[in-house]
Amino acid sequence: MLEDQSAEDETAARRGAMGLLARALASELTGPLTRRFADHGAKDLKPVETGLVMLRGRAGGDGAPFNLGEATVTRAIVELPGGERGYAHILGRDAELARLAAIFDALWQKPDQRRTVETCVLEPIASRLEAARARRSAEIAATRVDFFTLKRGEDEP
Amino acid sequence: MSAMAFADPAFESQAAFRAILRAIASPGAIEPCGRGLKPPSPLSPAAAAAILTLADFETPLWIAPSLAEWGEAAAYLKFHTGAPLAASPRDAAFALLDLERDSLDLKSFAQGAPDYPDRSTTVVAETRSLARRPMMRISGPGVRGMAEIEFGPTPGDFLSQWEANRSTFPLGVDLILAHGAEVAVLPRSVRVTGGE
Repeated sequence: MLEDQSAEDETAARRGAMGLLARALASELTGPLTRRFADHGAKDLKPVETGLVMLRGRAGGDGAPFNLGEATVTRAIVELPGGERGYAHILGRDAELARLAAIFDALWQKPDQRRTVETCVLEPIASRLEAARARRSAEIAATRVDFFTLKRGEDEP
Repeated sequence: MSAMAFADPAFESQAAFRAILRAIASPGAIEPCGRGLKPPSPLSPAAAAAILTLADFETPLWIAPSLAEWGEAAAYLKFHTGAPLAASPRDAAFALLDLERDSLDLKSFAQGAPDYPDRSTTVVAETRSLARRPMMRISGPGVRGMAEIEFGPTPGDFLSQWEANRSTFPLGVDLILAHGAEVAVLPRSVRVTGGE
């Protein structure tokens, strides 16, 4: 089934996986790695680096782009013995977390490991993020205020 | 399995940059460069260090056919520098070739423009030997009296090619000679004559 997916679907799926890995907690990655992928054999291709990226925003979501500010990110690039390259960029300065995320990105690319990575790693992260989002929107919904504007008629022709 | 580049990119590339700068400032001087680097064969540590230090995503890199055949060496440089590969020597900011297996044609590289002589190609050449011996004599800016250099294999018409390269100053290419973990530089400003 995964074999018939077009390259575009593959890219979108990888983007989704990398997005989840970038928001993972260390505990969500170390556990599965030691339990199921202890022999991953990944090596760093470049030393893990911490640097700054410029965050850009758009007022209202569609205005002119502006530079909002810089964020600290850490980047890791690893390679598995089979040649799969894993990349990860995470917010913050945790080098070990970035490396773990990169290792899982590489493992995800192996057809025989993808299912395991998705069920053991990605799905728990996705459900945690979803729960946090739901909690947050419930908190916000409780304080919701609806504004009403009375029609005054001056715009009428 | 791909190889690592500099283990400590900031400090090691600065050390290599400094070594190349010293070698340019005193033509003929042999400077250690790229020690501890283990690039994939057939790259020498010095040539790899020079390209890793100088090239980036804005500088097209031309790799001579003999090295381009070794997919791994080309992939290593491309991955670690992010430099685009130049289609021809004339489009290249940096060029990498092997004096033993590739022909050297200094005129085929970008010579720079009169307003921007810096837009010429810097050629990094792998050599089989590099020493301060009186096979050739170097004179010009940065050299007190005469300096001596020997590198091999030297193309048969090297001296006439170099004289043509020097005569168009300030245009012309600069030549970085790499051997093992050492570099020497012939900048376009120096005169090279036959020695003994």
